[in-house]
Amino acid sequence: MSEPVAAAVAIKAEPPLMPELEAQARLSRVGSASLTAQAWRHLRRNPLFWISSALVVGLVVMAVMPGWFTSKDPALCVLAQSRHTPHAGAWLGNDLQGCDIYARLVYGTRASLAVGALAAMFTFAVGVLTGLVAGYYGGWLDAVLSRLADVFFAIPFLLGAILIMVSLAPAPGEPAWKSIGLVAATLAVLGWPPCARVCRSAVIAVRDMEYVRAARGLGAGTPRILRVHVLPSVITPALVMTTLMVGGFIAAEATLSFLGLGLRGSVITWGKSLSEAQDYAEVSPHMVIFPSVVLSVAVLAFVALAEALREAFDPKAR
Amino acid sequence: MSRYVARRLLQMLLVVTGATFLIFALVWALPGDPLSGMCGYRQCPAAYQTAMREKFHLDQPLWVQYTSYITNLLHGDLGETPGGRLVSHELVAAYPVTVRLALIAIGFEVIIGGLLGVVTALRKGKLSDHAALAVTMVLSSVPVFVIGTMMQLGLGLRLHWFPATISAAGSWSELILPGFALSVLSLVFVARLLRADLIDNLRADYVRTAIAKGLPRHRVVWHALRNSLIPVVTFIGADFGALLGGAIVVEGIFNIHGVGGLIVRSIYRRESAMVVGVVTVLIVVFLVVNLLVDLLYAALDPRIRYE
Repeated sequence: MSEPVAAAVAIKAEPPLMPELEAQARLSRVGSASLTAQAWRHLRRNPLFWISSALVVGLVVMAVMPGWFTSKDPALCVLAQSRHTPHAGAWLGNDLQGCDIYARLVYGTRASLAVGALAAMFTFAVGVLTGLVAGYYGGWLDAVLSRLADVFFAIPFLLGAILIMVSLAPAPGEPAWKSIGLVAATLAVLGWPPCARVCRSAVIAVRDMEYVRAARGLGAGTPRILRVHVLPSVITPALVMTTLMVGGFIAAEATLSFLGLGLRGSVITWGKSLSEAQDYAEVSPHMVIFPSVVLSVAVLAFVALAEALREAFDPKAR
Repeated sequence: MSRYVARRLLQMLLVVTGATFLIFALVWALPGDPLSGMCGYRQCPAAYQTAMREKFHLDQPLWVQYTSYITNLLHGDLGETPGGRLVSHELVAAYPVTVRLALIAIGFEVIIGGLLGVVTALRKGKLSDHAALAVTMVLSSVPVFVIGTMMQLGLGLRLHWFPATISAAGSWSELILPGFALSVLSLVFVARLLRADLIDNLRADYVRTAIAKGLPRHRVVWHALRNSLIPVVTFIGADFGALLGGAIVVEGIFNIHGVGGLIVRSIYRRESAMVVGVVTVLIVVFLVVNLLVDLLYAALDPRIRYE
């Protein structure tokens, strides 16, 4: 908000040399500052943005510092307390092995968020790169990359993930990071085409605009044009898309773990808790309900944040 | 039109070949011996291993394996499990239930999602519209297996309104609850998509003209609705893949003996051949459905002509 005002004041202070040009400059100045500034102004007034980002921040803190939220050891399970309903010792009750469900939920955040964030980062990198190259260069490169994206896009997400995870035989004693990396890579391999498509069309939209052509005419090299002139208009839609995908990836990981195909070994995850609890849904519904709620809230936080961002950055949606 | 169909078929051939090759390469080129888990916890006898390697061309290069796989696939031979059951046989036995489940889900999607979309679009900005938007947003982030488990728990096991597990026959009435659970996510998206598009269309000039010439309200809405159906149909087609994925989860939860249930049980039994064969078929079905959806456009929108 303050920037356009400052710009206008600065312009006013100088004696106008050419009133028309000056007015035009002021207009374009306001226009260019407005994209981010307007989006931020819009975001600031959106309660959805504040609620969802608070949730996301909370989840990240929980993933990094689970000890701040519970003093219990999630791996310390008392078999005598198997399937106990919520009591003073364990606020959300105990699971089949007698572990504290609340502690397991807190410690499960790390794996879910790690898979979501890793997969999203990979998707973002591959999507933006392919989108930039395919959109900017066009021609056969575009044709090849687009068809390649089509092939990956044609494989339904969960079906493809099931195929890959089934064929990855679990190695005994596999470290947690490897299991997390495998699931994240699987999700990213199947998830990059939509991001690439969005980036490609964003690049095509600005590729032949006057300011890009002017830069080219002034002798700017391709890397500079891509970095300074094209990338800024690609980043926003790609970021919105990636935020949305973090939610999707978290849900997908939980689904795979639920089917017994996701994270393996001793990694604590929401999906595995749910998978285990499902057989006891009738007698111990608390084992199903609490992880379900936490998982859904986590997915919702990212979906809502993406929705708020999209609304703010897309003038048509306002 | 015919030239367009030919071009689309060619494109689809490319995508199907690429996708199946990709799957094949991913599944078979990954580390791990397909024979390793075959004889339980001990090694298979050497003679058996040699015989199996020969039978499945395991010692041949990737493209030879792929060609023989595709040839078999085209002949309807999807391979067999280590136990000797034919994948194609099991698939044929399982598919009617899944088709019923998918039809019920699509029915819910179209009817409830469509109604919700139209009603919220017509009541844009009112309290009911905001409430519906909030509810659909929350629902859209609940994974399908959570929805399925919750419905089974609440409506099946607690209230006894619906059967919590499905008999092997899987009749229409039994499949209503699983079908609804399967449809919830897509239903929500249909409603949101239809609402957004219908609001756009209701602002269009032709709608103002229709109102100006005194058409009754329902006829005006129908004018706009016809155009808004196009993105909805596209979505339902593109979402078919997610529906198939969801069917695997939902069939696993409700113990439905359909294609998805088959996949889940094969995962637990570690029968990779079954999982791979069935999922590959599902993916090909998905691709064909999408082609049909593209061709449907022309029927829905006279402005679209295929050259």
